[in-house]
Amino acid sequence: MVPGRCLVERNSVTGKVAILKATHNTWPWKLLLAVILIGGAAGTWGAVAKIDYQWRWNRVPQYFVYVAEEAQKTPFNGKVSSIVKKNGDAVVTVASGSQRVELTVTADSLKVTENEDIFSGDTVGFAKGWHLGPLMYGLWTTLWISAVSSVFGLIFGLVAGLARVSKNYTIRGLAITYVEFIRGTPLLVQIFIAYFLLGTVFNLSRNVCGVGALSLFVGAYVAEIVRAGIQSISKGQTEAARSLGMTKFQTMWDVILPQAFKRILPPLAGTFISLIKDSSLVSVIAITDLTKSGREIITSTFATFEVWILVAVMYLLVTSLLSQLVFYMERRLAVSD
Amino acid sequence: MIKAQNVVKIFPVKSGVVRAVDGVSVDVARGEVVVIIGPSGSGKSTFLRCINGLEDFSEGHIIIDGVDLADRKTNINKVRAEVGMVFQQFNLFPHKTVLENLTLAQCRVRRRGKKEAEERAHMLLRKVGIQEKAHEYPSRLSGGQQQRVAIARALAMDPKIMLFDEPTSALDPEMVGEVLDVMKQLAREGMTMMVVTHEMGFAREVADRVIFMDEGKVVEVGTPEHFFTNPQEERAKLFLKQVL
Repeated sequence: MVPGRCLVERNSVTGKVAILKATHNTWPWKLLLAVILIGGAAGTWGAVAKIDYQWRWNRVPQYFVYVAEEAQKTPFNGKVSSIVKKNGDAVVTVASGSQRVELTVTADSLKVTENEDIFSGDTVGFAKGWHLGPLMYGLWTTLWISAVSSVFGLIFGLVAGLARVSKNYTIRGLAITYVEFIRGTPLLVQIFIAYFLLGTVFNLSRNVCGVGALSLFVGAYVAEIVRAGIQSISKGQTEAARSLGMTKFQTMWDVILPQAFKRILPPLAGTFISLIKDSSLVSVIAITDLTKSGREIITSTFATFEVWILVAVMYLLVTSLLSQLVFYMERRLAVSD
Repeated sequence: MIKAQNVVKIFPVKSGVVRAVDGVSVDVARGEVVVIIGPSGSGKSTFLRCINGLEDFSEGHIIIDGVDLADRKTNINKVRAEVGMVFQQFNLFPHKTVLENLTLAQCRVRRRGKKEAEERAHMLLRKVGIQEKAHEYPSRLSGGQQQRVAIARALAMDPKIMLFDEPTSALDPEMVGEVLDVMKQLAREGMTMMVVTHEMGFAREVADRVIFMDEGKVVEVGTPEHFFTNPQEERAKLFLKQVL
C-alpha cells in the first residue's frame, strides 16, 4: 500500500482529512474563477481596443493633486530690504517702517530687485504649491455628506423604528406612513422634491436639501431594520427587565437595543454602504460630490473611460473600508456569544 | 403579604374567550411558601404572572403589601422592584456578564452606586455558589448555573416576595437539584415565596401550603401532607396518580 494513501485512510475518521481534502479540491475552482475574471477583463480590453479609444491616463493624476504657481503679492507699500536665495527658492523681505513681511518664491520667477520700491498688490514672484484636485474635493464632499446623512439617518431610523413597535396607534401610523412613503418613491424624485419644492418654500441651501433627503431616505430603511431587530429579541428579555422594576425606557435602552444592535449590524452596514453609493444622486442638484467632479473633469479632458473607472474605484475603496470596519466590530461584539 | 381576590384573566381566542384564570382567591402570609401545582394549561403560570403585573387581569384585586395592582394609580415598577421573579427560561441578559446582570437593575432602579451594587452581587453569587463565574457571559454557564444567577439577580433587588415560574422545567435532570437547594435555603431564611412547579418532592418538603389548580380555578388547598396523602377532590386524586 502506498504510504500517503495509508495516512489518508487512517485519519479519515478524525474529520481532519475532510478539511485537507476540501482544500485540496478547491484549487481547480479557484483557477476557474481566475480564468473567468481575467477572461472578462481581457474581453473588455479587447472590445475597447476595437473602438479606437485614445487612452490618456497621464491626464488624470492632476485631478488628484497638482502643483500650481501662485502669485506672491506684497500686502503694503514698501521697499525690498533683502533677497536671500537658497535651494532654488528666494526669500524676499519687504519692509516699510515697522512693518515687515517675508515672501518665499521660486528663484527663477523673481520679479523684483533689492532696494526696489514696490506698492501694495505688486507681484514679487511665484511660489509653487501642492493642491488637492477636484477628485479629492469631490471625494471629501461625498464622505461628509454620507457621514452626516448616516448620523441623522440613524437617529431618524431609531426613532421611527421605536415608533413602529409602539402600542399607540397614531405613533405607529405615523412611522408606517413615513417608511412607506420613502420606500415607495425613487430617491432621485425625493431629492428633487427636497430641493425644488421644500428648498424653495423654506429657503434651504442645496447641501441642507441633499443631506436632508439622504437622511430621510436611509432613515426609512434603518427604521425597518431596527423594528425587525427589536422584535427578534425574545419577549422573556423584556419580561425579565420589567420584573426587576425597570421602566420601559430602561428596558429598551439597557436590555433590548444593545442586543438588537448586535443582530442588525450587518444589514445596517449594508444600508450605510448603499447610502455612500446613493449619495452620488445629489450631484443632480449641483452638489459637487465625487460623481459630479468626475463629470466636470470629463467635459474638460474627454478622458471618459479613465475618469469613470477611477471614480468607481474610489467609491469601491470607501465602501470596502467601511465593510472591513463593520466586520471588525462584529467580531468585537461576538465576545458574549 | 399577597392578597388575591377573585382574580379573572380572560384571553380572547377565535371562538370567543378563554377564562385562563377564573376567580382565584389566595392569601399568602409573610414568610409563607406556597406551591401551586396542576396540569399544564390550568392557569397557574398566568396567575403567577398577574402578581407582578406581567399579565394584567380582567377582574378582581391583587393586593401586595397593601398596594392594589388593579388600581390605575399604582406604579407597577415600584411593585415589581419588591417582587422578584424567576422564569422557566432564565431570561438572563446575554450581552452582559453575570456580575452586570446582577448590578443593572440595582443601579437603575434602586439607584445604588456601582461599588455597593457589586458588593451585593458578589455576596449573592457566593450564596448561590457561583462566585467564580462573576465575569463570565451567561452563554458560558450551564442551565443550572444560569438559573441560580437568575435567582441571585432577583434577590439583588431585596424583594419582599419571590415568584418562581417553573424554575426547573427547562433544566437537565442532573441540574434540578442545585436550583432546588438554593430555593430551599431561601425558604428556610423566611422568604415569602410562590412557586409554580412540577417538582412534587420540593412541594412536599418545603411548602407550607399546596394549591392545586385546574381549568383556571383553585380546586384544592391544603398542607403538603394532607394534599399528597389524602386529597379530597377527584381531579386532584387523578392528577396525583399520574405524576407520583
